[in-house]
Amino acid sequence: MSVLLIAEHNNKELRPFTLNAATAASQIDNDVHAVIIGNNCEEAAKALSKLEFVKKVIQVEAAYYENFVAENFAPVIVKLANNYSHIISSANTFGKNLMPRIAAALDTSQISDITKVIAPDTFLRPIYAGNAFATVKSKDAKKCVTIRPTSFDACESSGESASIEKTEASEEFTKTKFVKREEVKSDRPELGTARVVVSGGRGMQSGDNFKLITSLADKLNAAIGASRAAVDAGYISNDHQVGQTGKVVVPDLYIAVGISGAIQHLAGMKESKVIVAINKDGEAPIFSIADYGLEADLFEAVPQFLEELNKLNTIQK
Amino acid sequence: MKILVAVKRVIDYNVQIRVKEDNSGVVTDNVKMSTNPPDDNAIEEAVKIKEAGKATEVVAVSIGEEKAQETVRKALAVGADRGILVKTESVVEPLSVSKLLQKIVEKEKPDLVLMGKQAIDDDCNQTGQMLSALLNWPQATFASKIEIKDGKLEVTREIDEGLETIEINVPAIVTCDLRLNEPRYASLPNIMKAKKKPIEQLNASDLGVDISPRIEQIKVEEPPKRKAGIKVSSVSELVQKLKNEAKVI
Repeated sequence: MSVLLIAEHNNKELRPFTLNAATAASQIDNDVHAVIIGNNCEEAAKALSKLEFVKKVIQVEAAYYENFVAENFAPVIVKLANNYSHIISSANTFGKNLMPRIAAALDTSQISDITKVIAPDTFLRPIYAGNAFATVKSKDAKKCVTIRPTSFDACESSGESASIEKTEASEEFTKTKFVKREEVKSDRPELGTARVVVSGGRGMQSGDNFKLITSLADKLNAAIGASRAAVDAGYISNDHQVGQTGKVVVPDLYIAVGISGAIQHLAGMKESKVIVAINKDGEAPIFSIADYGLEADLFEAVPQFLEELNKLNTIQK
Repeated sequence: MKILVAVKRVIDYNVQIRVKEDNSGVVTDNVKMSTNPPDDNAIEEAVKIKEAGKATEVVAVSIGEEKAQETVRKALAVGADRGILVKTESVVEPLSVSKLLQKIVEKEKPDLVLMGKQAIDDDCNQTGQMLSALLNWPQATFASKIEIKDGKLEVTREIDEGLETIEINVPAIVTCDLRLNEPRYASLPNIMKAKKKPIEQLNASDLGVDISPRIEQIKVEEPPKRKAGIKVSSVSELVQKLKNEAKVI
């Protein structure tokens, strides 16, 4: 049977992790259908129909789908589920919020945050903040699976246009009302997909000092990350948090500044290709996973780092 | 308003976990166990709501082996009024937990169910959402702020893009983020008092719910080890290495 991919979007464009989820879905079965639920989401539906791997798009629209309320989305998927063996979405806050509501309605034991498809019923997933990996096999007839986006490549979005079929909306769930969303807009690369991430921790000592992280990130065209300690201390907003309960990032270069390296933080970044740690405490656990560790006061090291990068740029020019 | 708080006993977050040699799971014998951290936030929030005069009773429930009683007892020491322990020796998946909690909700009739957004052992992030699906109640996941307004809750949720605010009718389920509040420590007198608070014990098998596992855990392995890195002595050495050796800048 076919796989149903749940598209994440903002009614205009697809959100990037939909492309990673499409790849994961295609590794389960090559007959991938994608459902897009929204309000005036024509453009996003078209983009979805052009994704490599997507054979058919199901578009469901209603005013009350504007803000992705799980209580409204779940019944749509449950109604479609008859025709599918697997329901797939990303394990980001969109998929985490929605998929268990679908799985429970289908009486299916969900498999969360997989990093590998071993067989259509068998998956690899991290447990204990990535300190162990479990190989698990689902015995349910229908499988609800969320995928870790950074573990699957984004698919191409230049495929042939698949057919778009419209389906009727389900009844509105009136006991939940969307009020507002405060998105942090930025010109920087998105944290989840950036090639370089510069992160600050408690060692930054203040929100003001995060300017140093910002300058370094500007220089390297990097996204800005943070440890939970830095977010809790109010140095920076929650959407920057990297870790077990924040975002998982796998950049080519991860620079941890003033981050000691609690297990919860390492869970979110230790798969990065190259890790740099700058910390004045030589015993900090972050050094045990860093490819390049610099034991130094960050308030001296980061300005020097900027200077060296400037020199490099001059030479290259 | 009556609040039910679900708490889970997990390996303490500071423990470096070890995988069993036969790859059947992780070592739990003689390992320090604690309340799942965001469940502490859930208890704290419930107690705060009661202290603000907006709740009449806080009931803590845990599902697990006999020793999970300690986790319920800790919730009582922090301010819950009474406890419920649903005993089972077997592995319970989030779907089973939510079915057992549904039975407790039907019996206790709370207006609000709070729990952590995720357990730090299996990292599933499912139970709250599943319970609200089974009950057909509103859900507010990853809550970092809860305001009670005329029988409704205004909840701020931490989402990937920033923050989202929703308004939900009670009865409802809210899963708590670590930034919701600062959990208090139980004082010694309160720990002593908690010993006298009642904990009702039930057997999961008596609740008429099929909790047999649907997922077979084939094996558990250590993550691939990173090869040890080096320490550099200066920023210029670091930049040279990044440019010439790692070739990432």
